[in-house]
Amino acid sequence: MKIKESIAISESGFMFDPSTGDSFSLNQTGKEILAFLKSGKSEEEIKEIMIEKYEIDNFTLEHNFYDFMEMLKTFNVLTAE
Amino acid sequence: MKQKYNIAVTGLNNTDNPGPGVPVIRGLREAKDFDVRIIGLAYENLEPGIYMDGICDKVYQIPYPSTGSDALMERIEYIHNIEKIDVLIPNFDAELFTFMKAEKVLKEMGISTFLPTIPQFEERHKAVLPEYGEKYGFDVPFSKTISSLNEIKKLSDKFEYPILVKGKFYDAYAAYNEDQVIGFYNKISAKWGVPIIIQEFIRGTEVNVIALGDGEGNIVGAVPMRKQYITDKGKAWGGITLDDKKLMEITKDLIAKTKWKGGMELEIIKTQDNKYYIIEINPRIPAWVYLAVGAGQNLPEALVKLALGEKVKPFTSYDIGKMFIRYSMDMIGDISQFERLSITGEL
Repeated sequence: MKIKESIAISESGFMFDPSTGDSFSLNQTGKEILAFLKSGKSEEEIKEIMIEKYEIDNFTLEHNFYDFMEMLKTFNVLTAE
Repeated sequence: MKQKYNIAVTGLNNTDNPGPGVPVIRGLREAKDFDVRIIGLAYENLEPGIYMDGICDKVYQIPYPSTGSDALMERIEYIHNIEKIDVLIPNFDAELFTFMKAEKVLKEMGISTFLPTIPQFEERHKAVLPEYGEKYGFDVPFSKTISSLNEIKKLSDKFEYPILVKGKFYDAYAAYNEDQVIGFYNKISAKWGVPIIIQEFIRGTEVNVIALGDGEGNIVGAVPMRKQYITDKGKAWGGITLDDKKLMEITKDLIAKTKWKGGMELEIIKTQDNKYYIIEINPRIPAWVYLAVGAGQNLPEALVKLALGEKVKPFTSYDIGKMFIRYSMDMIGDISQFERLSITGEL
């Protein structure tokens, strides 16, 4: 999955989709994931970075990560590659 | 020194169901190429725009078109003799027909307008939207007009609930069963008469476009918006400009095919699978026009220039992510103002 090109994310974690007018507030982790997605990293690469950085077990990470990705899909922030 | 025009504007009812008059005037007061003297035309003596500071230079009460177009035109002539109106901008759906019919008479008096033609106005009515969609190749919801309560029983043959119950000019309600349809039918018909329009309920996000057509198939300006905050009357209390290319293509296409003349508002439902259904075409500038001005397109200024036969360079861009938020405020007036307007019809 890729992040929609038009999506704008500010330093403060405010995300705006100009094609729909929707806006969202991201926490620090969400902001990081979106930044990785925007830079073109794959889901696997993002998970590896997160495990290393936050010393989290794989099960907890996957549970939270995919939950977040599903949310992004629901809000039409992601598009199929 | 800039040229000064006398511009008459209706729709001063800046209530929770606002007319476009006050935002149109705000746009005109910010016009780059001319100055204005604003003559407010009010139907009711408590329309807020009458009393707001810096909006109207002079206000006249005018009779409702329903009292007969002769009375309205006589009043306009009387006002024109005093004020020398250059351009008249009507802002209510219900008065447009009268002013469109009187376009020639107004012109002979020296008053310019820039309104759609009567065929353009008639063919986009809610009641004939399916035919419009078919003629010009746009997706529109299935709809049917009804003029009696007896017809409600048969609706379930053609529609799946929920359905929308709409008045010919204003008001729309979602009905989830036959009883609700009856309730809304009675409510709307008591206010706006029949027919009542029954429309397929399309699920999705409502998006709107304000546009101005030059009458020759060209788009002079257009700005798309999504309502962010909607009142219980279904009116936008806040909105944001969008970057939606498909929406702009539809608008451009519609204006090119219909050669639309004047201001308009497209109400469109965008579905989850990115289909766009036109649900209404309002034949005038909408009440949220000041958002377009704020986003870089002063469409009221452009409309006045077109009305006066001037060449207008089309707008090519607007700011994305510009928002408007309405607010309500108590003004303090004096009974003497109300008295003057009530007794003399002028303020």
